[in-house]
Amino acid sequence: MVATGLAGNGGEGALPASGATAGSQIPSLDLDPFAIEYFDDPFPAQQALREAGPVVHLDKWNVYGVARYAEVYAVFNDPVTFCSSRGVGLSDFAKEKPWRPPSLILEADPPAHTRTRAVLSKVLSPVVMKRLRDGFAAAAEAKVDELLAKGSFDAVTDLGEAYPLSVFPDAVGLGKEGREHLIPYAGLVFNAFGPPNQLRQTAIERSAPHQAYVTEQCQRENLAPGGFGACIHARVDSGELNAAEAPLLVRSLLSAGLDTTVYGIGAAIYCLARFPAEWERLRRDPALARNAFEEAVRFESPVQTFFRTTTRDVEIGGCRVGEGEKVLMFLGAANRDPRRWLDPDRYDITRKTSGHVGFGAGIHMCVGQLVARLEGEVMLAALARKVAAIEITGPVKRRYNNTLRGLDSLPVTLTPA
Amino acid sequence: MPTITFIHPDGRAEPVEAETGDSAMRAAIVHGLDGIVGECGGSAVCATCHVYVDDDWIGRLAAVGGDEDELLDGAACERRASSRLSCQIKITPDLDGLVLRLPERQV
Repeated sequence: MVATGLAGNGGEGALPASGATAGSQIPSLDLDPFAIEYFDDPFPAQQALREAGPVVHLDKWNVYGVARYAEVYAVFNDPVTFCSSRGVGLSDFAKEKPWRPPSLILEADPPAHTRTRAVLSKVLSPVVMKRLRDGFAAAAEAKVDELLAKGSFDAVTDLGEAYPLSVFPDAVGLGKEGREHLIPYAGLVFNAFGPPNQLRQTAIERSAPHQAYVTEQCQRENLAPGGFGACIHARVDSGELNAAEAPLLVRSLLSAGLDTTVYGIGAAIYCLARFPAEWERLRRDPALARNAFEEAVRFESPVQTFFRTTTRDVEIGGCRVGEGEKVLMFLGAANRDPRRWLDPDRYDITRKTSGHVGFGAGIHMCVGQLVARLEGEVMLAALARKVAAIEITGPVKRRYNNTLRGLDSLPVTLTPA
Repeated sequence: MPTITFIHPDGRAEPVEAETGDSAMRAAIVHGLDGIVGECGGSAVCATCHVYVDDDWIGRLAAVGGDEDELLDGAACERRASSRLSCQIKITPDLDGLVLRLPERQV
């Protein structure tokens, strides 16, 4: 436990005590982690959250929060105490009707979760990734060539969005029509995890056409043979799913499989454009591409937060939290917790990133993480081989979402290698 | 603490002290060992903590689980009879001296 700066993180299911005695006072904070000012610069607030204690109370939304790595990791790894079936957003499904039929995987607990998770794990397995790799890599090369020909462009829309859109919907087996609904639908899903603020209300008010599109695409007859979607439906024939479950699991791919990679790739480009020394290291050794992407996911944490709901009275870091309480996990804050990471505010493409919670942890850890890594890796490798410099050439604009952290606009100019 | 020895592809042996109850993958990560990536942190998703168990030890480990079996087919390097995912090897006191060989690459 030397060079990595890896602090112990408690065993599975164990909640770390931090010296405090049971019933310790939980500090109350009045900051709003779903406010525009917070999104503009979350780092001072995240530090305040970590420093206030192992668990805090956020008065604005009447929820508990954990922002230190050890507690976030512990909550993730104790799904019996911190359940997902009451929703992983602020809304408590035990008290409020969900805005859409709950997800069969994200918003489910074992044993129901175990079966659906197994299906998606197989559909998105390492073996499947081996088969997709060459096609995804060729598409990345072609995209970089096209962008080099352009010279100057917006790295959010023309690269961060355009590349996943050029490979993921085809991999799912979606028809060509209506794909413009995909990114707004995902934005809606991630906004809806937040509190009933303007972002959430507006997203839900505008949701009808996007929801209609997605519901339609999830039907078996609309999914091309060989794609992820058809593979999910095939599990009905083998008896692993029933016919009503398959479309909802396809919906999970469309909810969580695109926007997240858009934000992830955007984060990596933004990092490499801001930290030229790391970009130079990547150019010298394009084999670092996969870790450069992974480190960007740690550093920017495109998925910032998720909630759990307590199923019993529980102690977190020596403080008592009652049953039926919402607990907000700050993934971004945990990924920059100096208790766990050496020099956490440094983007370091050779860092040993294993254990970061950018994809979550435990039984709900992102089931599509291998697709995300594949996309990120082949895109950064193509850039590293073909591009000499990435320069930011205009105002950087942030995109606001209750759960996702990323940019709306990143004007750049590429110099060919 | 049990000691496990990882052998790099170039033959270099690197002993790692492992906490009982931890996985061999996590012991390697805590130690800062090169050659074990552990992208998924032990959630049994990624197959980037692949090892070849030394012949003397294969029979002394618990059998390969169903999930692990499928994941091993997706490992970056050749799967052999001795292939395991080190995140699925739980360290017990009787594994003191365990020898694990690292593949050429994990991704």
